[in-house]
Amino acid sequence: MKLEPNVPSGPLEKKWDKHRFDMKLVNPANKRKYTVIMVGSGLAGAGGAAAMAELGYHVKCFCYQDSPRRAHSIAAQGGINAAKNYRNDGDSIRRLFYDTVKGGDFRAREANVYRLAQVSVNIIDQCVAIGVPFAREYGGLLDNRSFGGAQVSRTFYARGQTGQQLLLGAYQALERQIGQGQVDMYSRHEMLEVVVVDGRARGVVVRDMVTGEIQTHLGDAVCLATGGYGNVFYLATYAKGCNATAIWRAYKKGAAFANPCFTQIHPTCIPVTGEYQSKLTLMSESLRNDGRIWVPKAKGDKRPPNQIPDAERDYYLERMYPSFGNLAPRDIASRAAKKVCDEGRGVGPTGFGVYLDFKDAIARLGKKKVEEKYGNLFEMYERITDENPYEIPMRIYPASHYTMGGLWVDYNLMSTIPGLFVLGEANFSDHGANRLGASALMQGLADGYFIIPYTIGNYLAREKFEKVADDHREVVAAEEAVVARTKRLLGVKGKRSISSFHRELGKIMWDHCGMARDKKGLEHALGKLPGLREEFWKNVSVPGSGQELNQSLEVAGRVADFLELGELMCLDALERDESCGCHFRLEHQMADGEARRNDEKFCNVAAWEYAGEETKPNRHVEPLTYENVELAVRSYK
Amino acid sequence: MKITLKVWRQKDAKSEGRFVTYEAPNVSPEMSFLEMLDVVNEDLAVKGQDPIAFDHDCREGICGTCGFVINGRAHGPKERTTVCQLHMRSFSDGDVLTLEPWRAASFPVVRDLIVDRGAFDRIIASGGFISAAIGGAQDGNTLPIRKENADLAMDAAACIGCGACVAACPNASAMLFTSAKISQLALLPQGQPERPDRALRMVAKMDAEGFGTCTNHGECEAACPKGIRMQFIGMMNAEFTKASASEGRRPGGLSEGGAG
Repeated sequence: MKLEPNVPSGPLEKKWDKHRFDMKLVNPANKRKYTVIMVGSGLAGAGGAAAMAELGYHVKCFCYQDSPRRAHSIAAQGGINAAKNYRNDGDSIRRLFYDTVKGGDFRAREANVYRLAQVSVNIIDQCVAIGVPFAREYGGLLDNRSFGGAQVSRTFYARGQTGQQLLLGAYQALERQIGQGQVDMYSRHEMLEVVVVDGRARGVVVRDMVTGEIQTHLGDAVCLATGGYGNVFYLATYAKGCNATAIWRAYKKGAAFANPCFTQIHPTCIPVTGEYQSKLTLMSESLRNDGRIWVPKAKGDKRPPNQIPDAERDYYLERMYPSFGNLAPRDIASRAAKKVCDEGRGVGPTGFGVYLDFKDAIARLGKKKVEEKYGNLFEMYERITDENPYEIPMRIYPASHYTMGGLWVDYNLMSTIPGLFVLGEANFSDHGANRLGASALMQGLADGYFIIPYTIGNYLAREKFEKVADDHREVVAAEEAVVARTKRLLGVKGKRSISSFHRELGKIMWDHCGMARDKKGLEHALGKLPGLREEFWKNVSVPGSGQELNQSLEVAGRVADFLELGELMCLDALERDESCGCHFRLEHQMADGEARRNDEKFCNVAAWEYAGEETKPNRHVEPLTYENVELAVRSYK
Repeated sequence: MKITLKVWRQKDAKSEGRFVTYEAPNVSPEMSFLEMLDVVNEDLAVKGQDPIAFDHDCREGICGTCGFVINGRAHGPKERTTVCQLHMRSFSDGDVLTLEPWRAASFPVVRDLIVDRGAFDRIIASGGFISAAIGGAQDGNTLPIRKENADLAMDAAACIGCGACVAACPNASAMLFTSAKISQLALLPQGQPERPDRALRMVAKMDAEGFGTCTNHGECEAACPKGIRMQFIGMMNAEFTKASASEGRRPGGLSEGGAG
């Protein structure tokens, strides 16, 4: 396998412009002759499907939810970055590019990140044009706030529901195309296989989740915008349905999986309360603008927070990172929380929690202003915990939130399978080893609205497509594989619940491939996972049949894939013998506990090629070259 | 605590349904309602029985996927709370809870507590958008919007499309849902060019999907987990009336194409 990034030549600032000119175009009258398959309907999926349909392509869009509007982009709270420099505070495309590369601890491809920063400004304009109700100032202009890892205010927001509003904008654009017949929408359909014919992606096999019917949909190119795989940890801020199945099936068909160990643990989530817990809820990072994070200075201090005087509190982020303070990047803030809790200074019933306190913000701004900014987040917190954050500080703890790793793509967002494009969180491209806040929405919409509409045309215009017969042997083989897997899952008829396997997997991953990793722990996990997988296939209980709506069957298939993916994550974490961003190897740290990169050996992307069942996958490397930024030690002090 | 559940079980749209009683013996008040159901379901599955099918996804009250009726109330007893955010501390030991799917002809039952809300998507597809194709939009700050209008548009835009308003309405009306989108877009300058057509088309589609009309019961607003207000229904009615009166336009009457 050869990893060809296909980055255009020329100066960084001109690459995308040059590439847009160099790319081949599909004549407007010919576009309707092409069918593009889009799997997923979040910001990248809905945005890309709408954009391509507007150009005239025939698009088939699939999602597992009952409506495209449910995709988990909807849950993003804080905001979306754009280098508008409306604040006059020194922002620029170059600065957003630099912040993103640095935030990712120098493990992202320069050219991709620069393009992302360039189109960020167009995203805001487009969203305003389609009626996204961004927050406004009294003068009627767009408001901004600041976010972790940046010293400028470049984050646009819609209360604490930015993801919802951006997604509904993309969803409405998609529905417009559905209404016009340009997009065929398949809700409650789950993709279970990619069809690869003559080395090119030509279709997907899906299961109609209501009737159980297995269907094949063929076209000229396939796009996966199926999100991240953070539910591998079981407890995560992801929606319950988020899964890795689409990208895992593609991986097993030949798409390289890049940097699987780069997973982000978000610092501000509501802590775990019990064994039955099904998910963790994020509290937007924007809260760190005004909330101050602390733990008691003394170990085991069980006094209620309001009885602990200021002098006995350790505002540890402000102490450790005076220039960024509570706005230190996510990986750093998460690790710091873990550190103080491991020292025995954590709060709450489990000791795995830290305070996020608004006392000073309320004193400074008044309760009304705080309510205006964060009211819905405070309400959400109170609903879950039954505690009033205006009076008692919030308790928060890190949780799995985002995966920077994903299918490897070139500059055109094409995977190592020609014709298979990967968008949004599902690809690995822009965030390196750590994503900054308010950059996921930016990347999802950049890929969907502004990149895939160009690069798909270039691919389609350069290739010749003959119709694939419905009974082509690759089509039949893909269908048979789906039927066989479904049958196998239903046929185990064991005694153990699906979620008990998922919980056990999650615990192994959290303990050994979470916020901190080391050789011993990773090898331990790699020793345990095959046994867990084996037990799953011998003893899982999946009731019901395949010919009906069967939620157990859906979940079982996803957990089966997570059990395999977990192993690849550990393998990747083990081989990347350095610390960078969210990938923190205990063996590689500075005297002060910061991550120590090894640029000589690991200034690269590791892309894994599937080599067959029970065979170690092949690790390929794409070297990263930095021509426009200096490989510096990341400092937020 | 111990909870008794009487749950509507229905295999698919064509089968007949019935209530089945289940016991949830070890419920913690810290559990969410759906986590309580997870525990019941895990137990059923291990026994080889069919778990209760219910829709859910984000479990943080924003995706709008979840929702069913608990003791006659859409999303249960707690105000402004989706069923995924409802916690068992809202109930007492020994409670008997009846769980039913949304009841509305326009939301056919798919299975158990799951209904088909595709009608909502079709209402949006009929006009709930601004036709600004992607690419080349002008700078966002060239369209200043009065803060009050932007805030009110955001209030309307907060709808999560869960369908509780329809389930709570004695007429199974979708006017709260439809009016929220019509109002949001009517309040923004970008929404003006399509404003009359949007109101006419979306109202026509809402009627065609078989939803009832509003007779001012106010149950929708009471059931809405996002606090969408009935004032938007008033705005929609005004939009519809104005649009109907102006230019004699009717849905579908737009001219296409042009000279040359």
